[in-house]
Amino acid sequence: MKRTIAIAALTGVCLTLAGCELGPKQSVQNGHRGTGMDQVVLKKVALAKDEVPAPPYDPPSNDGPRAGAAYQNVQVLGDVSEEQFTYTMAAITSWIAPEQGCNYCHNPENMASDEKYTKVVARKMLQMTRNINGNWSSHVKQTGVTCWTCHRGNAIPANYWALPEGEKNGIIGNRHGQNNPIAASAYSSLPNSALALYLTGDPKTDRNIRVVSNTLHPTKANELSIKETEPQYALMMHLSQSLGVNCTFCHNAQAFKPWNISTPQRATAWYGLRMVRNINGEYISSLKDAFPAHRKGPMGDPFKVSCATCHQGKNKPMGGYQMAKDYKALWGAPLAMPATVPAAPAAPASPAAPVAAAAVTTATH
Amino acid sequence: MATYQNIFTQVQLRGEPEAGIALPPGSEPRIGKGSFNHLMGLIGHAQIGPVYLGWTGVFSLIFGFFAIEIIGLNMLASVNWNPIQFVRMLPWLSLEPPAPKYGFTPFVPLAEGGWWIMAGFFLTTSIILWWVRTYTRARALGMGTHVAWAFASAIWLYLVLGFIRPFFMGSWAEAVPFGIFPHLDWTAAFSIRYGNLFYNPFHAFSIAFLYGSTLLFAMHGATILAVGRYGGEREIEQITDRGTASERAALFWRWTMGFNATMESIHRWAWWFAVLTTLTGGIGILLTGTVVDNWYLWAQQHGYAPMYPDTGVIDPATLGSAGQ
Repeated sequence: MKRTIAIAALTGVCLTLAGCELGPKQSVQNGHRGTGMDQVVLKKVALAKDEVPAPPYDPPSNDGPRAGAAYQNVQVLGDVSEEQFTYTMAAITSWIAPEQGCNYCHNPENMASDEKYTKVVARKMLQMTRNINGNWSSHVKQTGVTCWTCHRGNAIPANYWALPEGEKNGIIGNRHGQNNPIAASAYSSLPNSALALYLTGDPKTDRNIRVVSNTLHPTKANELSIKETEPQYALMMHLSQSLGVNCTFCHNAQAFKPWNISTPQRATAWYGLRMVRNINGEYISSLKDAFPAHRKGPMGDPFKVSCATCHQGKNKPMGGYQMAKDYKALWGAPLAMPATVPAAPAAPASPAAPVAAAAVTTATH
Repeated sequence: MATYQNIFTQVQLRGEPEAGIALPPGSEPRIGKGSFNHLMGLIGHAQIGPVYLGWTGVFSLIFGFFAIEIIGLNMLASVNWNPIQFVRMLPWLSLEPPAPKYGFTPFVPLAEGGWWIMAGFFLTTSIILWWVRTYTRARALGMGTHVAWAFASAIWLYLVLGFIRPFFMGSWAEAVPFGIFPHLDWTAAFSIRYGNLFYNPFHAFSIAFLYGSTLLFAMHGATILAVGRYGGEREIEQITDRGTASERAALFWRWTMGFNATMESIHRWAWWFAVLTTLTGGIGILLTGTVVDNWYLWAQQHGYAPMYPDTGVIDPATLGSAGQ
């Protein structure tokens, strides 16, 4: 009896120390053996299906009169058929304002009017969606995105960020923008608003994400302090948490910097970070005057996107479900891309780059 | 069976407290007459005190108190003096060193790192006074100063992290924050910034000595406890006799490893392993950022980092596709 109690107590202690995550796991090796490059996830998380709404009705043809001719003031979707246009409008309503309906953006007396700010925003968002699907296949591949990818039935996507308030003075209530466990910094003590240092899309203020030196010995080229490294660490933790993966999904932990031992996902993430900058810089920030005050952050800037806005814990949003293929109006023609990052020094592309090079050929226009 | 497991001290002595030897001239009086505590007696010696504090001890405690107060009150202020939040958030709270813009100047506004410099100064003073105490007390007892030098090795690592390396780097922003999670995040950021600290050979030495210390501690502790049934803890009485606990312990290792430490040498091994942990660790930290900026590249140059198969992934920034 005594022995039984002892064994039971010992088992209890072991389970407590082990963290008690008893659910079955799924582990996938994604790198060379011995490098610890594994993704271990709970089966119930790995197999969980995100809700994806069905099309409002069977996708109509894109033949017939153009929407731009049939309706007034159709600035973005004028190039699709009238049927396709109404179909898209119905879908957008169910994705973004399922309860408020058409009137969330439109004045029912005059559907063409731009008097509601939501309509102005929606137009910009349609341009953004077409830009993502047309020009950022380096990140979204052929899966593309729809409004649902971020919005998921909410007028404001669940995951957004805004510029932080400036440094406080004094020590009272001042945590110097860190040491405060919030989701944006993955509940760590790292800086809370690292995204604002890297992802505003303003090339004048966005910092270079790279912190590791190219040289063995110290040089003037890299004088970043540990304090300045911490926001980059926080940004990487944001990526990790947004995608539900660990560092080794992209990196060989032997050395985070070299690309030739990294996984192809790292290149995808690199384009993703530039895509986020492009979205925030070209599309969201330009809506600054359109949004009312209650849709802006403490510094009066509109709510911006991060990796979490689309990914929501999945390394492929909605498990990679190809939802956008049913919505022709969201693709449109690739646009001329404004550069959001200063051009990199032209380095000769190595021919032995099967993965990244393939991504680049589809991304360059 | 349970009798010889040595979980707690088996015998506790009671009587007139042991006052200790007479102190040399010029010494200060010891505090207290000594008393007994049963609970302390279970894990160690039951007698508490008398204590020799001396002026170094008194000032060490005062400066240490200042340091802890500065750190604690800064943390409490950072949660608006809310004691509940202080307890809830304690692992995340921190007293941060000055930002990079202040360089290594000692004149930093209090709220922006000045308090950190002051806390560091008081803590260092406290630690060094305590070191002086371990040295002078050992001398007063006619002992060697091994404890003081082992402590000095730990102080070396502490000073490298918080003062010597920031001095050479010319920036307080290199130093470690006072905080539980914040200092761990500092550690990880340090490794990220310098291309993986595991390729720093002095870090590797430090780990080897650290793990070696735990191994030696486990072997030595286990050996002495295992011969406790023969009075193995009474080392000196045993050292010359046959068939004693001491000889059994020595034979055990000679039979299992072919080689054994002596009653004296095991402690020399343990002392060096412990001392070298922080000594090599401090050297490794000091070389980082001052001499070597990327330890992975260093390790590649010295044939030290394994080469893994090329994944064929290319830095997109070199493909002329920036802006995409």
